[in-house]
Amino acid sequence: MSVSAAGGVARVPAVEGWFTLDDEPHLIGCRCAACGTYVFPPRSGACPNPNCDSEDLVPTPLSRVGTVWSYTENQYAPPPPYRAAEPFEPYALAAVQLEEEGIIVLGQVPKGIMAADLKVGMPMQLETDVLYREVVDGVDTEFMVYVWAPAGPTAAKSIGGGS
Amino acid sequence: MSDRDLVVLGVGMHPWGKWGRDFTEYGMVAARAALKDAGIEWKDVEYVAGADTIRNGYPGFIAGSTFAQKLGWTGASISSNYAACASGAHSLQAARASILAGFCDVAMVIGADTTPKGFFAPVGGERKTDPDWLRFHLLGATNPVYFAMFARRRMDLYGATSEDFAQVKVKNSRHGLGNPYARFRKENAIEDVLNSPIVSDPLRLLDICATSDGAAAMIVTSRAFAEKKLGSLKGVPRIRAVSTVTPTYPQTILELPDFATDSTAVVAPPVRGFKESLCWAAYEEAGMSPSDMNMAEVYDLSTALELDWYEHLGLCAPGEAEGLLRSGATTIGGRVPVNPSGGLSCFGEAIPAQAIAQVCELTWQLRGQAQGRQVEGAKAGITANQGLFGNGSSVIVSV
Repeated sequence: MSVSAAGGVARVPAVEGWFTLDDEPHLIGCRCAACGTYVFPPRSGACPNPNCDSEDLVPTPLSRVGTVWSYTENQYAPPPPYRAAEPFEPYALAAVQLEEEGIIVLGQVPKGIMAADLKVGMPMQLETDVLYREVVDGVDTEFMVYVWAPAGPTAAKSIGGGS
Repeated sequence: MSDRDLVVLGVGMHPWGKWGRDFTEYGMVAARAALKDAGIEWKDVEYVAGADTIRNGYPGFIAGSTFAQKLGWTGASISSNYAACASGAHSLQAARASILAGFCDVAMVIGADTTPKGFFAPVGGERKTDPDWLRFHLLGATNPVYFAMFARRRMDLYGATSEDFAQVKVKNSRHGLGNPYARFRKENAIEDVLNSPIVSDPLRLLDICATSDGAAAMIVTSRAFAEKKLGSLKGVPRIRAVSTVTPTYPQTILELPDFATDSTAVVAPPVRGFKESLCWAAYEEAGMSPSDMNMAEVYDLSTALELDWYEHLGLCAPGEAEGLLRSGATTIGGRVPVNPSGGLSCFGEAIPAQAIAQVCELTWQLRGQAQGRQVEGAKAGITANQGLFGNGSSVIVSV
C-alpha cells in the first residue's frame, strides 16, 4: 500500500491518539499500570478488569502484527458519518487478533484487497491509509486511518515469536 | 408452579410494516389488544413498563409515561427502559421485579417503534468520543459488518456455505407465511437468497433482517391475581425466567459496536461467552435444560446468527448448527422449531417491541393459538436476543 504525500498536502489522523503515522505505524492502546491488562481504543479512567481498581491506564504501542479473527467486505456505501467516496468502491474490513495483548481489533483493509484475499488465521500488519481528503482552512488535508494489510513473510514470522 | 412465576394474562401486537406513522399509534393498538386478550380494563393496570425508542424524540425516551398518558392517566406507576434490542425484555424484568416485590399485581409491558429507511446509523451530531459514532466514521462498520464477521467465521471454521445461510431464510419465510403480524409473508427459495445482492460479504440482502415499524404489548400478573381471575392456571403460560445478564470480563468476541474485544492478557476468558451466558442464566433460573425446550424464538438479525444461537442455546454443540438445520430439527414439525413466528426474517426489527414480540409468540404457541405455524404440543419455549453494549435477554415461558 502506498499513500501519496505530494507537496502541499497535510496529513493528519482522523482520530487523535489512536495510532502513529510513521513508516512503521502502530496502534496506541493503554496498559493498566497495576494489573497489566490492555485496552483499545486508548482511554483514561478505570481499568476494565473487575478485579482491579486502578485508574492508571498508560498509553502503550500495540503489536503491529496479528492474525485474522474474521473479515467482511462492504458492497454498499455506509451511511454518514462515514464519508464515502463517489462513486463508492467496495472495501474490506478485518478483525485482527493480537497475541501478546490478547485483544481483537477491527479495522479497514487497504483499498483493493478484498474479502476473497483474506482467510481466518492469516497474518496481518498495521499500515495507514487515507480515510478522506478535505480542504481545511485553505490546506489540502488527508485524514488518515489505520488499516490491516496482509503481512509480508518477515512480519508473519514475527507473530509466532511474540514480536 | 413456583411463587416466582409470572402469569401472562394477555398479549397483543400491531402488525409489523413500514409506514412511518407516529409510534404511539402502533403501541395503542398493541396495548388495547393485550388488555382485551387479558380480559381486564386499562384502569386495572397498576404498573406500565415502557421500552424506549431513541429515534422518535422525547416521547420515545419516556415510553412508560407516554403510553400511560395516551391510555389516559390513572395514577399507575411507570418505568421507561432502554437496553438496545433487549429493551422489551428489560421492561418485562422491571414489571416482574415490581410484581415479585409485591408492589403491584398487574403490569403492562409495551414497546413500539417507527424506523428510518436503510442502515441503522448513529444518533446525529459529531461525537468523537462515542464509539457508536466513531465506528461509522472511521470504519464504516455498519451492523451488517459485525453480522458478516460471525457468518464468515462459520464458513472458515465450520465449513458453512451460503446455501446453509439461505436455508435459514427459506425455513423462516415458510414459518411466517401465515403469521398475520409478520411484515414479509412471501416464500423464499434458496435461489432468491443467493441471487440477492451482497451487502456485507458473505451476507446478502435476504440474509439480513430489515428495520420495521411495529408494536407489542403484554399484560403480566401475580399468581394470586391470575388465580382469582381465572380460577385455574392450567394451560396458562407462565414466565419462568428472565435473564438480562451482562458479559463477564474479558468479553472475547468482537461485538457490536466495539472496535476491540477485552484483553485476555491477565484474566482468562469466562467458561461461557456472553450469548451463552444469557441463555444459561435463564435455564438455571427456570431449573430447565435445552432438552426441555419445544421451540425457540431467536434474534436472527442475520441468517447465520440464527445458526450461532442454536449453539449458544445448547440445542447442539459448536460447529453442528448447520447439521441441525439440515436435519429439519429446527423446522416446524421437527424436534425444536426455531423462529416459528418467522423471526426477524419475516418481521424486520422494531427494536423496543421485538423482545416483547418474541414472548407474545411463545404465548400464542403455548396456548395452541398460533394458527398456520403451530408447534404441536409445545409445553415450553425460550427466547434469545442481543443488542449493543452488553444488552441482551433470554426468557423462558412454559405451561
